[in-house]
Amino acid sequence: MDILLQQIVSGLATGGIYGSVALALVMIYQATDVVNYAQGEMAMFSTYLAWTLLNAGLPYWVAFGATLVISFVGGLLIERIVIRPVEGAPVLTIVIVCIGLLVILNSIAGWIYSYIQKPFPSPFPSRPIQIGNIYFGAHDLGALGVTLVVLAGLYVFFRFTTLGLAMRAAAQNPVSSRLCGIRVGWMLAIGWGLAALVGAVAGMMVAPVVFLDPNMMAGILIYAFASATLGGFTSPGGAVLGGLIVGVIENLAGTYVHFIGTELKLTVALALILVVLLVRPSGLFGRAAIHRV
Amino acid sequence: MALLEVQGLEAQYGWTKVLHGLAFTVEEGGITTILGANGAGKTTALRAVCGMVRTRGEVRFEGRSIAGRATEDLVRLGIAHVPEGRGTFVNLTVEENLRLGAYGRRGAGSGEDLGRVYQYFPVLAERRRQLAGALSGGEQQMLAVARGLMARPRLLLLDEPSLGLAPLVVREIFRIVRTINREQRVSVLLVEQNAAIALRLADHAYLMETGRMVMSGTAADLREHDTVRRVYLGY
Repeated sequence: MDILLQQIVSGLATGGIYGSVALALVMIYQATDVVNYAQGEMAMFSTYLAWTLLNAGLPYWVAFGATLVISFVGGLLIERIVIRPVEGAPVLTIVIVCIGLLVILNSIAGWIYSYIQKPFPSPFPSRPIQIGNIYFGAHDLGALGVTLVVLAGLYVFFRFTTLGLAMRAAAQNPVSSRLCGIRVGWMLAIGWGLAALVGAVAGMMVAPVVFLDPNMMAGILIYAFASATLGGFTSPGGAVLGGLIVGVIENLAGTYVHFIGTELKLTVALALILVVLLVRPSGLFGRAAIHRV
Repeated sequence: MALLEVQGLEAQYGWTKVLHGLAFTVEEGGITTILGANGAGKTTALRAVCGMVRTRGEVRFEGRSIAGRATEDLVRLGIAHVPEGRGTFVNLTVEENLRLGAYGRRGAGSGEDLGRVYQYFPVLAERRRQLAGALSGGEQQMLAVARGLMARPRLLLLDEPSLGLAPLVVREIFRIVRTINREQRVSVLLVEQNAAIALRLADHAYLMETGRMVMSGTAADLREHDTVRRVYLGY
């Protein structure tokens, strides 16, 4: 029982990270109909930036905040400089551009920081926290907390601010948005900025667990795809919930199903993608895509 | 003075030219209508005024040239375009749709504007928390007009507001448009296929055929004109 609870909390912690990256994917997908394959590498790059700032002697939370700001601006610039020129292009073109971005960011990170794994600090104490008779990892609880705070912030932004409303409108109906005076291009850029910011949080929260290296987000991106697929690519809330579910399933499967262990965990995510696509392609909370023909 | 003045307007989709040197004016304070059959280019004319298609020619609003201006700037200048097919944000609530209408004038309080449009369209007030997609066709058209009104425009462009609606609903919407025109001093440019009802509402009318204006005059004149009666009014 204790082990079960611990595994669930630990699963929720990684699930929050999958959910964040999934949310970043969904945000961009909804606004531009494109899956940003470079989302993971953008998060990885942000985490290296945080590492650089920490090495320069900044206190953790200052470096954390600065990384979020830099990531937001970076995401915004990527949209303006790299994505904008191919905006009206066929989806495949944009997919290739995103994959190119993935390779470039990965290589630049390897070139600057080398491919050797680096430890990344956690802002939370290393001593486990005892609740009742059960011990929980402090980083697990902390990461879950930070993730939930960021997600709540995003929810408030999209739900209650005029800019958030304009961004939702621009994603839904660009033509009508322009008629309302909304600068749709900038809304998309801000969307990329926010996605980069969310990814940065995920990167900084997962790096203490998986260590920092240019390929650290590769597996996480696959879990994020599984999460977004499970929750539905058209549902931001679904993506987050999907992430939490995937995190817990992954952890429980690894603990209780013996032939899976740690080596086959990633397969669980891939199997999940397959099953969801076969059984319910629109995901748990997504709307089926309807196109006029 | 003419509020909107269009001269030599040309527009094309790909290689196909749709407008061939269109010219018309909208007088301040009045309701002007452009009539024409399906495919005459009426919608394109409105889209061209708003910079939504590639165009050439002169478009003046309040005496200033607005040709080539970005679509998103026009609402700030005072032109609200209610597009064909209504263009409502179906996944947003009625009130969110209306708030977006006031987006172009950020900083200005939209609370009193909401009250104002709810007065004209009480049914929207009842449904303010519902998703726009859940509204009936008539209510969605009302929402589209109301959203345009939220921008406090000087000129309201209405594209085929009667499309697909029951005659009774159309009459109701046109009655409200007339009231808004009088009370809010909003000039209206109405594009319509339904000539009978448009000529009853408008002060001035143009008849459009394959990308050109072929006739213009007061609405009363056009109503009496033989060709218009035979071809467009059907009696």
